[in-house]
Parts: sequence; C-alpha cells; structure tokens
Amino acid sequence: MNPTDIKNPDYFHKVVDCQWACPAHTPVPEYIRLIAAGRYSDAYMVNWNSNVFPGVLGRTCDRPCEPACRRSRVEETSKAAQPVAICRLKRVAADNKDKDDVKSRMPSAALVKNGKRVALIGAGPASLTVARDLLPLGYSCVLYDSDPNAGGMMRTQIPKFRLPETVLDEEVNYILALQPELRLGQRVTSMKAILDEGYDAIFVGCGAPRGRELEIPGRKEASANIHIGIDWLSSVSFGHTTAIGKRVIVLGGGNTAMDCCRTSRRLGGDDVKVVVRSGFEEMKASPWEKEDAMHEGIPIHNFLVPKEFLHDNGKLTGVVFEKVKAEYDAKGRRNLVNAGEPDVRMECDDVLVAVGQENSFPWIEKDLGIEFDRWEMPKVSPATMQSTNPKIFFGGDAAFGPKNIIWAVAHGHEAAISIDLHCSGDNVADRPPPLVNLMSQKMGIHEWSYDNDISADKRYKVPHAPPELTLKDVRMEVELGFDVKQAFLEAERCLNCDVQTIFEGPKCIECDACVDICPMDCITFTPNGPEAELRTRLTAPTTHADTQDLYVSEPLKTARVMVKDEDVCLHCGLCAERCPTGAWDMQKFLLNTPKAGCHA
Amino acid sequence: MTYLAKPKFHHPDLPKNALGFTHRDYEGSISTLCAGCGHDSISSAVIQACFELNIEPHRLAKLSGIGCSSKTPDYFLGQSHGFNSVHGRMPSVLTGANLANKEMIYLGVSGDGDSASIGLGQFIHCIRRGVNMLYITENNGVYGLTKGQFSATADRGSKSKAGGTNNDSALDLVGMALQVGATFVARSFSGDKKQVVPLIMAGLSHPGPSFIDIISPCVAFNNHAGSTKSFDYVREHNEAVNRLDFMSPRAPITVEYEPGTVAAVTLHDGSELKLAKLHPDYDPYDRINAMTYMQNRAAAGEVVTGLIYMDPQARDMHAGLNTVDAPLNRLSEKELCPGSAALEKINASLR
Ligand SMILES: Cc1cc2nc3c(=O)[nH]c(=O)nc-3n(C[C@H](O)[C@H](O)[C@H](O)COP(=O)(O)OP(=O)(O)OC[C@H]3O[C@@H](n4cnc5c(N)ncnc54)[C@H](O)[C@@H]3O)c2cc1C
Ligand SMILES: Cc1ncc(C[n+]2csc(CCOP(=O)(O)OP(=O)(O)O)c2C)c(N)n1
Ligand code: SF4
Ligand code: SF4
Ligand code: SF4
Ligand SMILES: [Mg+2]
Repeated sequence: MNPTDIKNPDYFHKVVDCQWACPAHTPVPEYIRLIAAGRYSDAYMVNWNSNVFPGVLGRTCDRPCEPACRRSRVEETSKAAQPVAICRLKRVAADNKDKDDVKSRMPSAALVKNGKRVALIGAGPASLTVARDLLPLGYSCVLYDSDPNAGGMMRTQIPKFRLPETVLDEEVNYILALQPELRLGQRVTSMKAILDEGYDAIFVGCGAPRGRELEIPGRKEASANIHIGIDWLSSVSFGHTTAIGKRVIVLGGGNTAMDCCRTSRRLGGDDVKVVVRSGFEEMKASPWEKEDAMHEGIPIHNFLVPKEFLHDNGKLTGVVFEKVKAEYDAKGRRNLVNAGEPDVRMECDDVLVAVGQENSFPWIEKDLGIEFDRWEMPKVSPATMQSTNPKIFFGGDAAFGPKNIIWAVAHGHEAAISIDLHCSGDNVADRPPPLVNLMSQKMGIHEWSYDNDISADKRYKVPHAPPELTLKDVRMEVELGFDVKQAFLEAERCLNCDVQTIFEGPKCIECDACVDICPMDCITFTPNGPEAELRTRLTAPTTHADTQDLYVSEPLKTARVMVKDEDVCLHCGLCAERCPTGAWDMQKFLLNTPKAGCHA
Repeated sequence: MTYLAKPKFHHPDLPKNALGFTHRDYEGSISTLCAGCGHDSISSAVIQACFELNIEPHRLAKLSGIGCSSKTPDYFLGQSHGFNSVHGRMPSVLTGANLANKEMIYLGVSGDGDSASIGLGQFIHCIRRGVNMLYITENNGVYGLTKGQFSATADRGSKSKAGGTNNDSALDLVGMALQVGATFVARSFSGDKKQVVPLIMAGLSHPGPSFIDIISPCVAFNNHAGSTKSFDYVREHNEAVNRLDFMSPRAPITVEYEPGTVAAVTLHDGSELKLAKLHPDYDPYDRINAMTYMQNRAAAGEVVTGLIYMDPQARDMHAGLNTVDAPLNRLSEKELCPGSAALEKINASLR
C-alpha cells in the first residue's frame, strides 16, 4: 500500500465516525467534551454553527451519527453494544446554555447590504439555513411561506410532545433576528412570477407537502373518518383538530405513523393500533419511535395489507386486511405474498393514513429551464444543489424527496455556498475546502488535554415524564432530557475519535511498545503488501474491513511499515504514552465544513 | 509507565483458545516500566505463548528476583501463582517450589544483573540440577532498576550512556547453560516476537531445564551508540541460525518451507516443532558443536539467535531424587509425617 496521506482532510474526518456520518458534519466529539466540561454555551455554538437547530435536533434528529458511532463497535457484547447518545447530549447543550451569552455570539444583521436579492420559497429548515448563512454576508433574503409562521414541518408536523414550541421559536427567532424580509401566509403559485421579480437567485425549500393516498374500496364512502396523516397532524398543530374517535387505526410504518398514533392517544383514542404491511423489523420508523409508541400502549400489527374500508351509512366501521408473508426471490428481493390465512377484520372509528409523502410542484411552470426527471423530481446536483436553471437552487425535502431536518440543513449550507458563488460570478462547482486544524494534545508525559480514560458505562437512558400525565396533554413534552450529572456520565462514554493517533516514522525505533500496550490490537509492524493481503497479516484482522481505513507509514528502518487499523481504536492514547521517542502523538483534528463566504 | 488502567475493551474479532480465553485474559496489571522497554515486549510474548499453549493460568507459577526484568511477572498472567524473591534468589525458590509440586509449569524470569552477578551461583546450580522449568533472562547489559551500571553481561569495550568504557569481560550465560547441562537453550531478541514467541512456547513445553537469554534493550540507559545491547546494534548483528515454528493446536502455522530445509520434531506431549535451518551447517542437537559455534560467531562479532541446543531426551531433577509424584499439598498428614517408627527405619537403613 502507499503511505497514507494524512494531509487529505477526508482521512481523519472518516475516523471521526459520527462527524463523517452527520450530513452537516457537526464536530460531535468537540461538543461532547464541552458538555462534559460544563461549557454548555460553547457546546451550543459548536452545534449552532454546523446544524443551526441544536435544541430542535437534540430532540428530533434522525441521528444518522449514532448507528455510525465507534462505541457500538467496541463494547463487549455486540448485542448490548450501544452508541453514545449523541443526539440527546446535543439537547443538554441547548437546555443548559446561557441564553444571553449565546445571543451575544450570534452574527448580527448585516449593516451594509451587498445589493443581491435572494428568494427563499418555503420557510422550513432548508430555507432558514440558507437565510442564516447569507444574511450576515449582506444578502437580502425574502422568505415566503403559505403558513403564518416560519419553521416548516418542524412546526406543522412534529408533535409538540416531542418538540415544544418554545424551543422551535427560540431557534427560528435567532434567524429572524438577522432580518430576512418575511412574506408569510402567502402561497407562491408561480415560479415565473418570482423570477419576474428580478431576484439574483432563488432557493426552493418547499418540502414534500403531499400525503400519499390509499385508494381501496370504501375510501370515498367512509372519507369523513379517514384522514391523511400529515394533513391531520398539521391540523392538530394549528389547533383545528382537538379530538379523534376512541378506536383508531393508523396505517403505515414510518415516523409519521408513529406521530399519528401517539397524537391519537392524546386526543381521545383509547384503543389505538398501528397496522403495517411489512414485517415489524422492516418498518421505516426509527427503533426509538416504535419503542416510544409501544410504551404508550399502542400495539403494532404487521404483515397486514389494507384491502377495504368497511362502512355503514357513510360511517367508517372498520378495515379488512389481507394477511401476507415475506418471500424472497432468487435475487434476494422481498415480496409480500398472500399467507393463505383468512382476512383480518378490525373495527374502528377513525383511520389515519400515513403511507408516504410526495413532492409536488404544481406552481413551477415547465418552460423556465428547470428540468424534471421521470418521477417529476427536479434535476438537482447533489454537490451544488443547483437545478438546470443556474439561478435556481433546491434543498431539503424538495430536492431529493422526503428526508429529515439535518439533511435539510446540510442542503441549505451547500446551497448558500452555491448562491454566494453564483452571485459573485464564480463557478459553483469550485467548492471551498473544509477548515481543518490538527493540534497536539500533549500536556506532560502522561497528561493529555482530553480525558483519555475509557469509561465502561453502558448507555444512559433519557428519563421520561410519567405517561399518566403526558397522555393527557398533547403539548406536554415526554422526554425530560438528561440532567447534567447523567449528561456528564454519558459524555464520558465518547471515545474522542477526533483525537487522532499521528505517527512519525523517522522517530520510530520499532520497540513494539505501542503494539504491546494497544488494548484493541490496532497496530502491526510488518512488510508492506497489497491491502487485501496486508489485512490478513494484521495483529487482529477485522471482519468488517469496509468501515475504516488502514493507516500505513513510510518504510521504517527494518524496511517494514507500521500499519494501524483505525476500525476499533479507542483513542486512549496509550500507544503515545508508551512510545519512548514521541513517534506517536495524539492530535485533535477539528474540521469545520465550509460555509457561505468562506471562499472570499 | 501510564497512570491509566488498560481499558477492558478488546478487539471484537479476537480469537479464543481451547479454554475460551483471548490473549487479553493472560494479561497482568499495567506495566510500570519505562515506555519502550524491551522487557514489556517479552511480557507480551509470554502472554501470547501461554495463550497459544492453552495454559490454564492456575497451573503456572512465575518467579523472579529483583530488577526491572524481575518486576515483569506482575505484568502478565494476573491469574497465575507468583513469587517475587530477593535479589538473585529466584532459582532457589523455584527449585523448592518444583520439589514440592512437580505438576506445575515453572517460569523463572530474571535479569542479567539478577542472574549473572549476585545470583550467578544460583543460576548455574539450578540448571546443573536439571530443574524442569523455563528460565528467562531479560538481558540488557545493565542494572536498569538502579540506573544503568554495567552488568556482568556487558561486552568488554562497550560504552555506557555517560560515555564510560566497560573494561571487564562479559559473562556468557548461554555458554554456561550449555556447559552445565540445560537440555533446551536459546537466544532471542525482544524486538523479534516472531522468533521469541515460538521459543517460549517450546521452552515451556520442554520437560527439563530450559534457558532462553533474550536481549532486551534498556531504552533509558543502554540504547545509545556504543552499546552492544541497543535496538540498532542487535538488529545489525543478529544472526539467526534457524527459525522455529511451534505447531500450535489452535492455529497451525502454514508456512511453505524449501524442501529439505525443515526438520519436524515431535515433543513428549505430542505437539510438534518445525525447525527451519537458516545456516546449513548448524546442528542444534549437538551440544559440543553448538558451544564451539557460539564461541566462533561471538568472536566474529555476531549475536547468534534461535534455538541453539535441544536434547529431546530432557532430563529432570526429580528422576534422580526418587520423589513422589503427588504434590506435597495433596498428601495427608499421615503420609507427610509417617511417625517415629518410620523415622527409626530410615535411620537404621543409614547406619
Ligand atoms: C409527521 C412528521 C414527523 C417528522 N418528524 C421528524 C423528526 O422527528 N425529525 C426530523 O429530522 N425530521 C422529521 N420529519 C421530516 C422533516 O420535518 C422534514 O424533512 C423537514 O422539515 C424538511 O425541511 P424543508 O426545509 O425541506 O421543508 P419543510 O419543513 O417541509 O418546509 C417547507 C415549507 O414550505 C412551505 N411551502 C410549500 N409550498 C409552498 C408554496 N408553494 N408557497 C409557499 N410556501 C410553500 C410549507 O408551508 C412549509 O412550511 C417529519 C416529517 C413528518 C411529516
Ligand atoms: C541484595 C541486593 N543487592 C543490590 C540490590 C540493588 N539492585 C536492585 S536491582 C539491581 C540490578 C538489576 O539488574 P538486572 O537484573 O539486570 O535487571 P534490569 O533492571 O536491568 O532489568 C540491583 C543491583 C538489591 N535490590 N538487593
Ligand atoms: S465515540 Fe464519540 S467521537 Fe466516536 S463516533 Fe461515537 S460520539 Fe463520535
Ligand atoms: S489510541 Fe493507540 S493504544 Fe489506544 S486503541 Fe488507539 S491505537 Fe490502540
Ligand atoms: S530502566 Fe531500562 S530496563 Fe528498567 S524499565 Fe526502564 S528501560 Fe526498562
Ligand atoms: Mg539488566
């Protein structure tokens, strides 16, 4: 193998599993250490710079970082192994920060405008991120939304018992304080009209606003008691809907279904059940959402395909399901086929249909140079978020279909960079590089400026308010959040994956001290070879070679190379403590993704 | 040293031996030696060897004297029996323990100071008696623990860290062991685990007096230019006469050998050694030849390593003493103190 190029920012970035997996590349271990140190405002700002909505995300994020977390690869029993509670620690920073302190560190509205005007269609997290990144640079941003308040689905869809309105308001207001021009309560009905207003750039962040229908017999006749999940949730959120029948069936297995059933439980549903076509394991909802629903006494029935709505005099009485089972074809694809069992009939008063969400752009005329693909999705570059009309950018759910808040934020940052480049007459494909910093953590012979002792604790559980109370009030937050003591202990579980092991070959005397001390058998001194073959000669070959790379040195004095498998390194620094010559050092790798304005 | 306890987490794909242990289960407490000390590598080799041999930790006793090297038994086999004796007296304690219980595996760990100076008489007599053990010296040419004075194995003319020259002749522990009847003799280098581990495995399995002299650089006091026990010097002058592979029951080694260069040796317990010749005229079964060879090569400035001598007919002190097989701790009081009538009988037989 060639010696590893550690100057390439991707190399160490990938080692920080959580940051690499976070769509906005939040420097996770950096904020976790700040939380452990009780520096909540600092931890909040690290988050705010990257993901814009720490308080919201600390409660609702889809947390792609957690399945990636190294901790779940190194804990003893693989079944009980659990990632660091990265998401819920973020909430601790938001809950415990000093609000005034944080406010004083926010950018202020630009005093001098740069004369460029940008339209933002939809005031969800994607557009709000673009606004936050561009406003301080002097752009005039005009924020359109058909709803009377900014926030998008964070406000209209996510139930208040998961995300209190005060938390959302606070973080939306940090952006509104930068003074975008607000055109709320105003639906955009023509892209052409927007273009005619002469904007320098347009960002489409209108989300995926349409709930998918379920066309089966009885749908029309019983329609008074059959509701489309996301429409119903927003109606609850606006206070238009305040009650539901006693017996409720929620159709669908995604997160919307989970919010529908839990909301129903709070609006009068005593007998609420979720029915899914697939098996329980394949449901789209996150495991913790399913857990929370079941914890509230909501059973989940699987392998049932809705066949017919039953009704009596225009009143819904129940649903008939076909029992199916999973069969796998030669290519390993799963098909649901009739299980050969009698149909299942369930009685109910109301049905909530949560079987998917769709994009819809009826207001975008077809002759504006914005090309759409055969699924009627705009053609958007994932790197620049630019559409085929160079002035028009997409992001969030509008770009590639429904995702989540953190992806909307990530798209927003990229789109803001592109808009800034576009408005400056630069090539949007020339992306600014990330801001990287490597700094030794050595303080003394065995002293490091990070806590390198490895906690053996299992993941801590976030305490919940008692269901007797939360089920009575649709606005009462269920999760209480970690207290600062629990937060400290959970933070200690983090392995500081950003504190990198840096190897300087010329200093190495090949004494094997690092090999001998390494608790994870990461290090090998051996003749070089092609990667696949070299991997078989490691001190402890891994079974999942795809997760992490090998760090390979230049040839050493004995003509061998040092090979370190990054896969399960604990970043404990023992290799560096044991190295007699300082060939190993522990250096903190801080990477901040570029934001708009970085190229200047 | 480090202040931290070594984390309990281990690599998720670590192999387990026949007892269900990983090599981590053979560790001891965390080392307090200097970072980079060769002795730590030897500890790690002992751990690896015991893991490979499926040794039940309670069946092994590790004994040592005084010195950095003699501290190391604390850093491996935390579940085994141990005795840290006074300076140079490990061989007597080991001999006593062996007399009382021949069922255990005995591992003596010592240094060049501990064995070649104050304990020289102990060392030589213990081997002379043919005690069934593996005796390891972690040889760095200095008294590491007392800050680097030349030891009796320091080569004449070699330089101390402060620049002084050693004017005394070096003791040759390997030569002495050969002379007084060790039936397994090897020399190795702490920086070459591929060589050390199979030698320790073979030495532990050998049912007689085994001795391995392992050159183990002292990074604090004897790893400079002018030293003949430094990493660089040993790497430059190392001449391995053969390569030993221990056919471990856990993971048989599948090395390809040139035809005719390998001799397989079956040990008394059924395990097998493969010995690859690196020097065509070297015969490790000929003691006199081995002694001559060692003298010649040393004169040429080479540090000869590998399996130097093995007598498959290992000898054991117990054979000549007609001792009971059962460990003394399993004998009842009646058997241990047969009473005055029995004593009378013994005395009468001696008159
Ligand atoms: C029930 C439910 C629960 C969810 N829970 C979570 C969760 O817990 N965590 C998570 O990360 N994600 C969750 N999501 C997904 C998340 O809400 C979205 O992915 C995210 O809000 C998308 O952001 P966006 O900026 O692209 O658009 P949206 O947030 O969808 O905002 C788009 C905005 O555009 C406005 N708009 C649309 N068309 C027009 C128009 N023509 N004129 C003017 N305004 C217009 C809409 O009114 C809306 O306010 C959930 C989604 C649903 C449906
Ligand atoms: C009776 C006695 N004499 C002297 C000492 C001082 N002393 C401690 S260790 C040591 C030498 C150790 O040298 P070696 O066995 O080579 O061990 P190393 O530290 O080099 O591994 C000496 C002389 C002692 N502890 N006890
Ligand atoms: S252990 Fe910490 S730094 Fe490592 S992946 Fe998990 S949260 Fe990130
Ligand atoms: S930091 Fe060093 S000693 Fe610790 S696990 Fe990683 S490679 Fe091993
Ligand atoms: S003084 Fe020398 S022998 Fe002792 S621990 Fe340090 S390096 Fe090892
Ligand atoms: Mg010594």
